Amino acid sequence: MASMIGTRIKRKEDPKLITGNGNFTDDIKLPGMLYAAFLRSTHAHARIKRIDVSQAVKHPGVVAIYTGGDLVGRMKSVPTSWYVPGCNLKAKDRSPLAVDKVLYVGEGVAMVVAEDRYAAYDALDAIEVEYEELKAVTGQEAALKDGAPLVHEDVENNLAFLWKAGEVPDEAFANAEVVVRERYYEQRVVPNPMETRAAVAQYNSGSGDMTMWCTSQNPHIHRMVYAEVLDIPESKLRIIAPDVGGGFGAKIGVYADEAVVAYAARHLKRPVKWMEDRKEHFMATNHARDEVIEVELAGKRDGTMTALRVRNIANMGAYLSTMGAGVPTICFGLMVTGAYAIPQAAVEVYGVYTNTTPTDAYRGAGKPESAYQIERAVDAFAREIGMDPVEIRRKNFIPKEKFPYDTAMAVTYDSGDYMLTLDKALEMANYEDLRREQEELRKQGRYLGIGLSTYVELCGLGPSKVAGAIGLQFGQWENATVRVHPSGKVIVLTGASPHGQGEDTTFAQVVADKLGVPLEDIEVLHGDTQMIPMGWGTYGSRTTPVGGAAVAIAAERVTEKAKKIAAHELEVSIEDLEFSDGVFQVKGVPGHQRTFQEIARSANMAWNLPEGMEPALEAQSFFDPSNFVYPFGAHICVVEVDSNTGQIELKRYIAVDDVGRVINPMIAEGQVHGGLAQGIGQALWEGAVYGENGQLVSGTFMDYTMPKADFFPVLETVFTETPSPVNPLGAKGVGETGTTASPPAVVNAVLDALRPFGITHLDMPLTPEKVWKAMQKGRKEA
Amino acid sequence: MSAKKVKISVKVNGVQRTTEVEPRLLLVHYLRDVLDLTGTHVGCDTTQCGACTVMLNDEAVKSCTVLAVQADGGEVTTVEGLGSMEQLHPIQEGFWEKHGLQCGFCTPGVMMATMGLLQENPEPTEKEIREGLKGVICRCTGYQYIVSAIQDAAQRMAEAKREEKVGTLHTGGGK
Ligand code: FES
Ligand code: FES
Repeated sequence: MASMIGTRIKRKEDPKLITGNGNFTDDIKLPGMLYAAFLRSTHAHARIKRIDVSQAVKHPGVVAIYTGGDLVGRMKSVPTSWYVPGCNLKAKDRSPLAVDKVLYVGEGVAMVVAEDRYAAYDALDAIEVEYEELKAVTGQEAALKDGAPLVHEDVENNLAFLWKAGEVPDEAFANAEVVVRERYYEQRVVPNPMETRAAVAQYNSGSGDMTMWCTSQNPHIHRMVYAEVLDIPESKLRIIAPDVGGGFGAKIGVYADEAVVAYAARHLKRPVKWMEDRKEHFMATNHARDEVIEVELAGKRDGTMTALRVRNIANMGAYLSTMGAGVPTICFGLMVTGAYAIPQAAVEVYGVYTNTTPTDAYRGAGKPESAYQIERAVDAFAREIGMDPVEIRRKNFIPKEKFPYDTAMAVTYDSGDYMLTLDKALEMANYEDLRREQEELRKQGRYLGIGLSTYVELCGLGPSKVAGAIGLQFGQWENATVRVHPSGKVIVLTGASPHGQGEDTTFAQVVADKLGVPLEDIEVLHGDTQMIPMGWGTYGSRTTPVGGAAVAIAAERVTEKAKKIAAHELEVSIEDLEFSDGVFQVKGVPGHQRTFQEIARSANMAWNLPEGMEPALEAQSFFDPSNFVYPFGAHICVVEVDSNTGQIELKRYIAVDDVGRVINPMIAEGQVHGGLAQGIGQALWEGAVYGENGQLVSGTFMDYTMPKADFFPVLETVFTETPSPVNPLGAKGVGETGTTASPPAVVNAVLDALRPFGITHLDMPLTPEKVWKAMQKGRKEA
Repeated sequence: MSAKKVKISVKVNGVQRTTEVEPRLLLVHYLRDVLDLTGTHVGCDTTQCGACTVMLNDEAVKSCTVLAVQADGGEVTTVEGLGSMEQLHPIQEGFWEKHGLQCGFCTPGVMMATMGLLQENPEPTEKEIREGLKGVICRCTGYQYIVSAIQDAAQRMAEAKREEKVGTLHTGGGK
């Protein structure tokens, strides 16, 4: 049997999904089930003077209505889970439903429970809330100013935290030959998985068992926190994430809504379901990015970069959500130097409360923002000294021989070969020809742009010790069990909880490789805390490098035990056996062998096991990696800007990514495509916008531009493979590469096209209107 | 306030179903909640995402914008009626073969939209496919492999048609 690792294999999870047999949370129907709907604040900042539900409860079908006041003392508040140390962090727990005040549009105010969906929505309209509107503030810079409205009365200047890392003496800038200073706004975006959040809760008042099905990327984290919020022993709370329709970070967060649904199920002794509608999702599910980033980059005329100073003013929204504080600090701050050997760097991050939806992780979490600032700044630097963007990168890359490499931000990049990906990308793009074509077209008044992004990411979270040191309230190992049935069929249980990433297939490939059993004989199960007692979930591209590694180790342990049994049965020493293609063969004695299936049966029957060996063939691993993994790559984007309309045509997109060893290239490519669509989406179209008084004006798919199929050219994606030394698979993370690398590649391309107009900066999204206006103002050299 | 219920009769995936529904009930909720056909999904409230696409009287429609009563007397095909594990529809085979899905939430709707697309244009170019997908949003795949899946499906359907024709010749006549 050829190695399964590195093979394109059709996904095991697809048949159910393509035949309509998927089982998503909203598909669950239980006897006697009720339906919940939330009333949400229509104000960004207001005192709740009175809530009157007396008319609403009379609506036919209404069973109960809960307000914030009803839950006081009955449920605990929902905590944040990332207490970044050393920054005087002022966390504010949020009550499950607003009690006296609402702090953003979309905050939960009341929940109706009714016999069906329509009845619940009918009753919502009949709830009367009297608000006293307060002055709101939505922008982070405005919120920091003296006299700005206070989101939380006792948090001065709305400063939730101030985090600093690294040090650069002022002389480094004062004496530098070249300094570029740039300011970028990383706009607010909405993750928007196609399945919105949903929950179904069922309580057994006899046993006290609570079962919650919910849209979760990390059911064990949800169990841990909801157990506390609902005051249910963890052992009595079972979280099931059935099929989950995408997450992208939005389903990491522990939200209050799902907990209130569970509370109602316990209170009413009937199952309760809630499914968020899309409008609600736009307001109530975590947003992301929204950072004002100032960069100072110092260096020499020859292109050497010598020092970097970055300030990030991050809009945290009205509360610090689950991972909230960690995103602009740890995830962003530690990666500011990118792929470059910049010897000195310093970062400061202002986390600011505003009257907006809380922000949290979104695909890439911190790394896209970080890659954006450094990749834009490097281009600005190159422009300043008249160097080609390719040359400046070559000059400053961390050389291949220097890995593992300690950066100025005190993290250790595991492995890398940055030149390799860049050379490959340039070759695919025919860079020299493109530059010539650009010249030619310019003469004709056509504006081609070529943009580069060479990035490094931090993913595969991660060593638990480090997680503890940086204030994350979670462990960061992963759990896997490989269980072999007497028939030789294999069950793999993983604490990683995928939602579209194809782990049913990639993990099966890993196991098939180790055990030599056919892929069809392997079942990968996940997403149920009762079936899989421990784990941490799928986010931050940790599933394969951490979860997959755990699977590989558990499978290895199974093989070792099976080998012992085979040696015992064949009456030879272990050294005399070789194992390949699922057969334990005595070396040099043809026919003297046992198949894996035979050993599976022997192990389970236990009639003849080596002295002292326990029966059954099963092994577990709790893999805690020694370091993060650092995928990298080079992306090239080619655009043409229409000077009459400002319309940007994406002509080519080339992505060369190195994610270490690739298990299933087809699935990995799919991950890159998806990431690119989101990253390019952010660069060109997406953006959540707050209007006057903190109203969310981009609150539906009609006014928030989601990328569509006809927006893209064929994406040219390729992998190089530089294995990671920190896990037995050599795998790095792939899910976030596209989102991280593409915004700077696209923006650099557009700015390159707009050079003749003297335009050196535009903030995302690069809408035609914005581009057109800039061109109108700009001068045209040609 | 719930209004008086009305009786509707719809042929869904080949089976005649007669039910009393509220006049305001959306077709998608009728399929999902009344008939328990949960393959059709809801992704938005504004008819933008296409997750809820089904065939109604041989036309692809967004079932979140159609009332169940409007389907009265008509025929509906949902993903459950497209094909089965025993006999996958060429569109389903294409999506499986070419990795046209990741989380699979948008997929039933995208496949039904594909049905509508290929009915109108059995041999679409890449560009026509991308344009034909204007009404659907997929957040996972970046669309590239959806396009490949549809190209693959179109080929399979064309082949199936050819084979059918050959079969007709051999047996000396069709139905
Ligand atoms: S749910 Fe019908 S178009 Fe989105
Ligand atoms: S596959 Fe997830 S939204 Fe399309």
